[in-house]
Amino acid sequence: MSLNNTIVSVQNLTFSRGNRKIFDDISLDIQQGKVTAIMGPSGTGKTTLLKIIGGQLSPASGSVFVNGQNVHQLSRKNLYTLRKRMGMLFQSGALLTDMNVYDNVAFPLREHTDLNESMIRTLVLMKLQAVGLRGARELMPNELSGGMARRIALARAIALDPMMIMYDEPFTGQDPISMAALVQLIKTLNTTLNLTSIIVSHDVKDTAAIADYIYIISHGKIVGHGSPEEIENSKSEWVQQFMHGKADGPVHFHYPAPTYIDDLLAFDKN
Amino acid sequence: MIDLLTQLGKKTRYSFAKLGRSSFFLQQLLMGITDVLVRPQLLSKQLYSVGVLSFFLITISGLFVGMVLGLQGYYILSNFGADEALGVMVATSLVRELGPVVAALLFAGRAGSALTAEIGLMKATEQLSGMEMMAIDPIKRIVTPRFLAGFISLPLLTALFSSVGVLGGHLIGVSLLGVDEGSYWSQMQASLDVYDDILNGVIKSIVFGFVISWIALFEGYDAIPTSEGVSCATTRTVVNSAFAILGLDFILTALMFGDI
Repeated sequence: MSLNNTIVSVQNLTFSRGNRKIFDDISLDIQQGKVTAIMGPSGTGKTTLLKIIGGQLSPASGSVFVNGQNVHQLSRKNLYTLRKRMGMLFQSGALLTDMNVYDNVAFPLREHTDLNESMIRTLVLMKLQAVGLRGARELMPNELSGGMARRIALARAIALDPMMIMYDEPFTGQDPISMAALVQLIKTLNTTLNLTSIIVSHDVKDTAAIADYIYIISHGKIVGHGSPEEIENSKSEWVQQFMHGKADGPVHFHYPAPTYIDDLLAFDKN
Repeated sequence: MIDLLTQLGKKTRYSFAKLGRSSFFLQQLLMGITDVLVRPQLLSKQLYSVGVLSFFLITISGLFVGMVLGLQGYYILSNFGADEALGVMVATSLVRELGPVVAALLFAGRAGSALTAEIGLMKATEQLSGMEMMAIDPIKRIVTPRFLAGFISLPLLTALFSSVGVLGGHLIGVSLLGVDEGSYWSQMQASLDVYDDILNGVIKSIVFGFVISWIALFEGYDAIPTSEGVSCATTRTVVNSAFAILGLDFILTALMFGDI
């Protein structure tokens, strides 16, 4: 790994919410032009990590460098300039509900560029073509299925030709067909547009299929990382449990609680 | 006892923290005004949804309030044989008090709650976050135009409310109960002062417009991003706006008409 190819570098990051430590001194590097997956069980703060990288949340300690710039020390103006080069795909799509698909994709172009309407139209149609939804441009967000909304959001995220895209749980709640479409789309976009992709997901099989490198996070720590093959063959019990979806293992099925019998009898004792 | 004090302390701290957040929010939204002035089409869309769509409610309410004033006023004034003064009574009570206050209360219920719910839901569905990640400041793009729209709409709606009210009073007093039309208008004209009555009423409505828009937008922006959070925030908008309107109305009246 040469340092020059690192586009995002998270160093000794600690972040807490209330008394709960979400991240405890984690470090990770994301290579340019690759698809990097960050996996872990629900509730491990994967989305939080993306928000920290995007500068929406500030860590308690540690630093995040994107393209060599320390995200949390940038002025507001410079942070916004940097964000124009970072796309983010939210789980819900986060489309603006008061405009149709076309205007949603045109939105960042209209806000950030002085392009004339015919230029914007060409660009919007190109982006919609890339996600296969050029024909849906007149629809309103409430008329879209979840998978379509995510593809539109993806078209919007690539509207300004960013250097990287962060995907927040792109596969959750998708039927097999739109899932396959999305998986392929992410891979294709990454190669054709020379993007860097960060996928946050707990969907092991599909994510591992397109990822070049995988980090697995649990309880605020990185418990495993490597290429998909390395992860597959990892000796860590934890990684094995997660990758093969075993109900019990180092991660317990039960949320911490007093013993079952005590709990059941607690009412009578009082 | 200690528990009670702890609770009280917590509540106080929470209120002050919220006051701080809302002041910071106000500062940020005011800083966005120049950006909105450059793009007036953002404002016109909001003026429509905040102002024009409240038009019907304000007109009908103004008409009925004026009609009730005409009726009640007539019964009282005719006891003293002073029913020619009906026009003055209706107009003064509308322009000074009822116009600004009732229009503001209605506006808070109609437009304020809608603003809170809209912003709150935009937050809950990550639209605000999404905008931020597209390097677009949601306060400037979403909040400031709505604030200006509320601030501009309410004084105009108040003027409409009072005017329609005067017509409502006329409808009942003159057309139905037979008060002399000439004295209805001429006494009103002679007694109402442009500065003391009309301008003071306008100042009130400007203050109310500012405060309602601020409360409504802040509650939406500060809402907990869940269905329950947005519903609570909407309720708080209406309740807090009502308190603010009535409290400020007293203070403003004391300042304007009292000899303090």
